[in-house]
Amino acid sequence: MQTLGTRPTTAGRAGLAGAPREPLPELPAVEAATGAELAELYRLMTAVRQLDVAAISWQRQGILPAYAPELGQEAAQVGSALALDPARDFAFPTYRELGVARAFGVDMVEYMSTHKATWHGGLWDAAATHLAPIQAVVAGSVLHAVGWAHGQTLEARSAANGPANSAAGSADGLPVAITYLGDGASSQGDVHEAMNFAAVFKAPVVFFVQNNGWAISVPTEKQVAGGSVAARGAGYGIPAVQVDGNDAAAVLEATRRAVAHARAGHGPAIVEAMTYRRGPHATSDDPGRYRSLDEEREDAGADPIARLRERILAEGVATEAALAEADAAAAAEAEALRLGVIALGPRPGAEMFDLVFQEPTDELKRQKAAWREESEHE
Amino acid sequence: MSETLTVSNNGVAPGASATLELSLQGALNLALDELLAEDPKALVLGEDVGTLGGVFRVTSGLAAKHGAERVFDTPLAESGILGMSIGLAMAGFHPVPEVQFDGFAYPAVNQIVCQLARMNYRSRGAVPMPVTLRVPSFGGIRAPEHHGESLEALFAHVPGLKVVSPADPQQGYSLLKAAVRMPDPVIFMEPKSRYWQKGLVVTEAAANLGTADDGGDAPSSAEITGAGLTDAGLTGARIARPGRHLTLVAWGAMVARCLQVAELAAEDGIDVEVLDLRWLKPIDADALATSVGKTRRAVVVHEAPRTSGLGAEVAQIITERCFGTLKAPVERVTGFDVPYPSGDLEDEYIPNIDRILFGIQRVLEYKRG
Ligand SMILES: Cc1ncc(C[n+]2csc(CCOP(=O)(O)OP(=O)(O)O)c2C)c(N)n1
Ligand SMILES: [Mg+2]
Repeated sequence: MQTLGTRPTTAGRAGLAGAPREPLPELPAVEAATGAELAELYRLMTAVRQLDVAAISWQRQGILPAYAPELGQEAAQVGSALALDPARDFAFPTYRELGVARAFGVDMVEYMSTHKATWHGGLWDAAATHLAPIQAVVAGSVLHAVGWAHGQTLEARSAANGPANSAAGSADGLPVAITYLGDGASSQGDVHEAMNFAAVFKAPVVFFVQNNGWAISVPTEKQVAGGSVAARGAGYGIPAVQVDGNDAAAVLEATRRAVAHARAGHGPAIVEAMTYRRGPHATSDDPGRYRSLDEEREDAGADPIARLRERILAEGVATEAALAEADAAAAAEAEALRLGVIALGPRPGAEMFDLVFQEPTDELKRQKAAWREESEHE
Repeated sequence: MSETLTVSNNGVAPGASATLELSLQGALNLALDELLAEDPKALVLGEDVGTLGGVFRVTSGLAAKHGAERVFDTPLAESGILGMSIGLAMAGFHPVPEVQFDGFAYPAVNQIVCQLARMNYRSRGAVPMPVTLRVPSFGGIRAPEHHGESLEALFAHVPGLKVVSPADPQQGYSLLKAAVRMPDPVIFMEPKSRYWQKGLVVTEAAANLGTADDGGDAPSSAEITGAGLTDAGLTGARIARPGRHLTLVAWGAMVARCLQVAELAAEDGIDVEVLDLRWLKPIDADALATSVGKTRRAVVVHEAPRTSGLGAEVAQIITERCFGTLKAPVERVTGFDVPYPSGDLEDEYIPNIDRILFGIQRVLEYKRG
């Protein structure tokens, strides 16, 4: 950044003297992914791929009314999620985070319930799984991650000052929030607010941006001024990295560095995973209206799963047979999920009324009674 | 009689001097096309409205025809879209912004409520806000959260905003033209479950040909009035179906449902009048008084939650104007005081035919005292 004007020799807050700029902190180094971790990445990514591809066909068969595929983003999603500890960290997904949900151990039928139009937020227990419910407002939950993260700081402080009865802020550092957002989401004012708040409060939060080239029909060039969301970190004093989002091990490493920084109490970090949305925005979308198949092939690059597979075999981390076994397990999982999704029935209509408040109002009870009577529900 | 053309949904319809068969989506597309052609200051902006033509294709083909400077994609930020529209209006343009789905108007509420609605007043009329915000609205398509909401009461409550909702292709065409030509901000609520329903549309060009009353190949004056192409037709409610025994008041997608209910009620000898309110702010109190003054009974139907919904306002207007002649309190058949549910429960939430018939029954069977 260029500065104009002379620096005053007197101390004070006026003019340039009042605007000291600390150099950006460096993200700590972490160990590279082990062979076992590469195999685990593969096992999860092939499962996510098969579930995702299957979900598209279920939509075509009428099992799901709609679906938003994550095709091609397996490395970004699984790689980042594996850097976290679902027992203590908390993830805030978008509508496209099947890979994160799977890596967090969320029940996949409960996950798919949002796409089956069973329950908007999904049926899984967000408090128990540490995966926030799905919400549809693009960038709507980014600030929540900052708030949750700052809560961990406050807990740790009160634990340090008072009786040691708080889980947060133990010797192994702070619980960390990770918020997932897209290139499109980065345009929302809330994202600016979130990054600024996070930096001001030194909140232990990782902004994980999946820059997949598109926000429905709008390409990143027309969305992200300056070309990079990570580059904005400098303005907030937040360390940031751009990573090849289709290289699972690189994503794991980059996210681990960001998490380590946040865990140690140094504040937020940004990881921008450069990836590609290989599928349509959602099953209702018609990408032919804004990109050609040739462009898709060219821009998508090598398949992240094929890349990982190649590396694993080249390094002798696992055998062909072991990978084939993982693929077969994934296929079986997809078939089991299909049956589970088909078996998933609608929720009782009474839940519409019962779940609005912890303490339902009399008026809601009256409306529920009228609904039962008029809609002839027992 | 006038000639009837069928125009494909996706293509921009020709500016034909004829009655066209169009979907609501096609009728809105035609209206925007004609507005952009007639008004060099008109602009269309929003997420995916350019190359893609909007997720509902309402702006399909417009960027190619009128230029990517006048019909343009914005970054993904609703507050930005509305705030920028306000600035464009200050610079003399007539922006027609779109928010992609009703629920995504919420991130823009600050700009809509605190800025768009107030600028004319704040500037003592020096800075008018000829901005029409198009909002695909209401439910009925089994969509994800926030893709089916009913914001009319929220916006109708804000001083400085006008609110309108078309029920069919003709209303879509006529009301959008009226809204965009107004010097004040209008929230234009398009019933998304009706986008693909077809109907006959009398275009302005056809109306200008003269009328069939002169013996020409043009719509009759009754058709032109019914199409909302006269000044009187543009500002108020309309009778979608005349009847003698009871008035159903509705707007948007609920008009079609009330028309269905009226057919069923007719089988039982109940003659229902359906009043399509169209303008939700300002509300056409005279039309309500005329209709209910005649039928002496009213049921108001809306998808939005019941408490503080627009039905309460409508009921109060009817009570003020028709208290002496009313045979029963005005009934409300509405959504519930719950967040719009997921697709599986949608039919439990939106007023269905049975619930509307129950409402009619309560009014007809009402006994004083
Ligand atoms: C506030 C808001 N505006 C508009 C939409 C409609 N919408 C859903 S996804 C999307 C594009 C999001 O793009 P990006 O953030 O890059 O995520 P991606 O879809 O690529 O995963 C849009 C415009 C929305 N859900 N929320
Ligand atoms: Mg994107």
